[in-house]
Amino acid sequence: MFNILVFCEQRDGKIKRVALEALGAALSLTSDGDQVTAVLIGENIASQKETLVSGGADKIILVEALTLNTYSSEAYGRIVSDIAKKENASLILMSATAMGKDLGPKVSARLEGPFAGDCIKLTLDDEGKMTATRPIYGGKATSTVLSHQASFQVATLRPNVFSVHDQAATQDPQVENYSEIPDLSNLKAIIKEVVSTAGSKIELTEANIIVSGGRGVKGPEHFDIIEALAEALGGAVGASRAAVDAGWKPHSYQVGLTGKTVSPSLYIACGISGAIQHQAGMSSSKYIVAINKDPNAPIFKIANYGIVADLFEIVPLLTEAVKKMKNE
Amino acid sequence: MNIAACIKQVPATESKIRPSTDGKDIDRTGLSYVVNPYDEFGVEEGLKIKEQLGDGSVTAISIGGEKVAEALRTCLAVGSDQAIHIQDDAIEGSDGHAIARILAAALKKSDYDIIFFGRQAIDDDSGAIGIHVADLMGLPHVAGINKLEIIPDEKRAVANRQIEGATEVIEISLPAIFTCQKGLNEPRYASLPGIMKAKQKPMTVLSLSDLEISADSVDSSKAKTTVIKIESPPARSAGIIIEGSPSEAVAELIRLLREEAKVL
Amino acid sequence: MSDKFDVAIVGAGPSGSAAALTLAKAGLSVVVFERGEFPGAKNMFGGVLYTSILNRLVPNFWEEAPLERHITKRRFGLFSEKAEAAFEFSCQDFNQSPPFNQSFSALRAQFDPWLAKKAEEAGALIIPETVVDDLLWNEGQVIGVKARREGGEIEANVVIAADGVNSFIAKKSGLRKDFNWNVLAVGAKEIIALPRETIEDRFSLEGDEGVAMEFFGDAVAGTVGAGFIYTNKESLSVGVACSINAFIDQKIVPNDLLERFKKHPSIRRLIRKGETLEYSGHMIPEGGFKQVPEVLTDGLLLVGDAAHLVNASFYHEGTNLAMASGLYAAETIIEAKEKGDFSRRGLESYRKKLEESFVLKDLQKYRNVEAWAHKNPKFFKAYPDLCLDLLKDYFTVSEKPKGTIQKEIVKKIRSNINPLRMLVEINKLRKTFFSS
Repeated sequence: MFNILVFCEQRDGKIKRVALEALGAALSLTSDGDQVTAVLIGENIASQKETLVSGGADKIILVEALTLNTYSSEAYGRIVSDIAKKENASLILMSATAMGKDLGPKVSARLEGPFAGDCIKLTLDDEGKMTATRPIYGGKATSTVLSHQASFQVATLRPNVFSVHDQAATQDPQVENYSEIPDLSNLKAIIKEVVSTAGSKIELTEANIIVSGGRGVKGPEHFDIIEALAEALGGAVGASRAAVDAGWKPHSYQVGLTGKTVSPSLYIACGISGAIQHQAGMSSSKYIVAINKDPNAPIFKIANYGIVADLFEIVPLLTEAVKKMKNE
Repeated sequence: MNIAACIKQVPATESKIRPSTDGKDIDRTGLSYVVNPYDEFGVEEGLKIKEQLGDGSVTAISIGGEKVAEALRTCLAVGSDQAIHIQDDAIEGSDGHAIARILAAALKKSDYDIIFFGRQAIDDDSGAIGIHVADLMGLPHVAGINKLEIIPDEKRAVANRQIEGATEVIEISLPAIFTCQKGLNEPRYASLPGIMKAKQKPMTVLSLSDLEISADSVDSSKAKTTVIKIESPPARSAGIIIEGSPSEAVAELIRLLREEAKVL
Repeated sequence: MSDKFDVAIVGAGPSGSAAALTLAKAGLSVVVFERGEFPGAKNMFGGVLYTSILNRLVPNFWEEAPLERHITKRRFGLFSEKAEAAFEFSCQDFNQSPPFNQSFSALRAQFDPWLAKKAEEAGALIIPETVVDDLLWNEGQVIGVKARREGGEIEANVVIAADGVNSFIAKKSGLRKDFNWNVLAVGAKEIIALPRETIEDRFSLEGDEGVAMEFFGDAVAGTVGAGFIYTNKESLSVGVACSINAFIDQKIVPNDLLERFKKHPSIRRLIRKGETLEYSGHMIPEGGFKQVPEVLTDGLLLVGDAAHLVNASFYHEGTNLAMASGLYAAETIIEAKEKGDFSRRGLESYRKKLEESFVLKDLQKYRNVEAWAHKNPKFFKAYPDLCLDLLKDYFTVSEKPKGTIQKEIVKKIRSNINPLRMLVEINKLRKTFFSS
């Protein structure tokens, strides 16, 4: 029946949570007789099999090579599309991370199949054709597209939207070591270096909780109170465009239309008025808390809980309260 | 360096987006259009490279109806040397594969050393075309660059791109394709003489037959996907404003987040 | 390209575009600066577009202009808080064939870009998103403009200021020294979307027929001004326009007055279930003839709202006057170019053209309306309320003998109105509106 291929992204040999979300999404699309095949590319990755099994993979294809330790669009694209052809995949899924946003289109180009990027909803009909819903216009609308072909469909999935499968596996998966690794000595684009950026360890788009600061934070020196709350909550730090344009935070922190789109369980907006461009990037959060001095700030119109007060008063109190709660 | 910048005309960022009556497109009445902001970074980077090297040419390329000429004029006004406008009624409703094929055919007409795209267009947010064109042309690419250094003598470049929590530094041989992310540069404003000169700069209009592509191979009937519904996102409504002194408000917020929202 | 233009126009509204189109058609080099991101972006549509001048600019304009409906019906309503008395006129002669009665509803966000495009097609260079900061002078003669962009100094033989009611150029040039805010009106308007069939049923229209409605009295809280509804194809233009003084006296802001208007029982039913697409507010130069400044100096002409060419009276006519003034300004410059004289003397005939046309003739005819209105607030509050009260008494069904009712009405009139004074007032009204 259908074979759904899931490209599982790993970082430093560890499967990313978003890869398990993609597996979970694949599993929810299948019924008896269908197959979920996980593809894992990298170096020293065999130890990650268990994670993939509990994540819902029926079959695992390991592509191990030293040269594949860092991402290459050319190499990964060729490998995943070759495997898709060999496995006669109906659908190829991956998370819409920096890697997935590059690999998805690349694989789709090679397979010449239907493509849907950054999906928030996905279904398959009886023939195996996908119907995918994805945000467009920076989240100001959603588009639902219907695929006309039941094979080689590629979809990337928005992080934090699909659920992880968390039941123990009932049967041992089939594990295959993929050996037809193409000659990679002539790659025209090679990653020379990966430099960690300072700051929050948790990636914004993958974070479950985000604390964001805006113009109301008044300066880069005050962002430490935002960071302290994020840390207490185990979340990531974000910023509004105003804060980024003022140079208080780098662009990688920006939430909104020309920044990142996030869907955490909890988004705490501190000193952010909530312009439509900002809302586009965060309005799909499950719960929104707004802390702002201006009772007329548009952010209150979409927040589940609002506190009209000075963030410099509220945020430190909130940090203390969270810490106290966690200690209990 | 022979540089191309592929651009798309899109509704301005502050536009109010509403589904059309048939629910298969957006309501386009009263929208104002701009050059996709990410594509502007590509045009600017092209101009900067040309200025740094003191030599070269920047060509702005776009696909679409008559109105797209305005977007191309904007690119000419800031300093692009010429523009190519691919216009053909058959392109209405074409999918990404078709658009990539058409652009690749147009780009192959000239030997470009560097081709820029935006990271994504802010209308369909797909982010696939630049990567797709690279694949069709057999060129290497880097998607989402925020820094670029060209080493012309060695026909190579070094590009930075942001990934989760890190920056990848990528060495790439030219010719190559780059898709541009915010942070790469600050696009310039057009000067008044620039705007006036733009009217005299060459703008070539190409049809599908000029590109030796048959209309029925790229029209909507060949699309691999069809949009069946455009909707407004579920509206959020205002929740509650928590009153009281700062410490009371914080205590109540914690209680709500734990007991009602269950996110803590 | 030579760096100098024959004409630089500031503002791509109807007056600026009308001038640009006429000049470009005559082969003159024209540059138009528009501060909005496109022509029309900064404009508010307040009324029905009268099109006699437009037909001279673009013959058979109706075949291509983005018009909404042709007006076949007009309605004037007098409101009290709970009641309305109305007069309606419709005529099938206005529904025959284009250009119908030379009156159409239209949306300026679509009309202005279209007219600007016509000018562009004729050869004018239109530069949007560009603010003009200053005029360039040489020995008392305007010789160009300075735009807010790199390399923004542009020379031109003549500059046309088409930059609207609050014309910066008019002030910079010294043509308007004593700007009198009191004579401005403020309009607030919403575009409310409704399905085509709903509009046609609700307003009793067929096809592209349209209606222009104006409401007085309590419609605008008894101030000097009016509320209006104009039907578009799939939307209504709903708004209020009142003198600035009225807003100050009533301590109310335009948006609140509009909200109040929308809640009146007569209006509420007409806009029911509509979705507001956009809101805009704008100033209208309703000072009339007395406020029209000196319209020209050496190398400079003022047109449209910049010259305060608006006929407020019954007609709320501005766009037509704007296009007319743009046309006359262009014709003047074409003549001046033949003579090679762009000084005040060479441009003098512009004033004459305005005076000899309906533009200044109409303004002159209605020159006292503004002052009359401010001296006679009764006509906007007390009289409408009384009138509707009497009508209510008259139509209220009861067991009172009709004779008694009539007697009571006459008594009420007597106790509220001094007949002699009323006669004087009505005579003034007649003089203000109907004698020339």
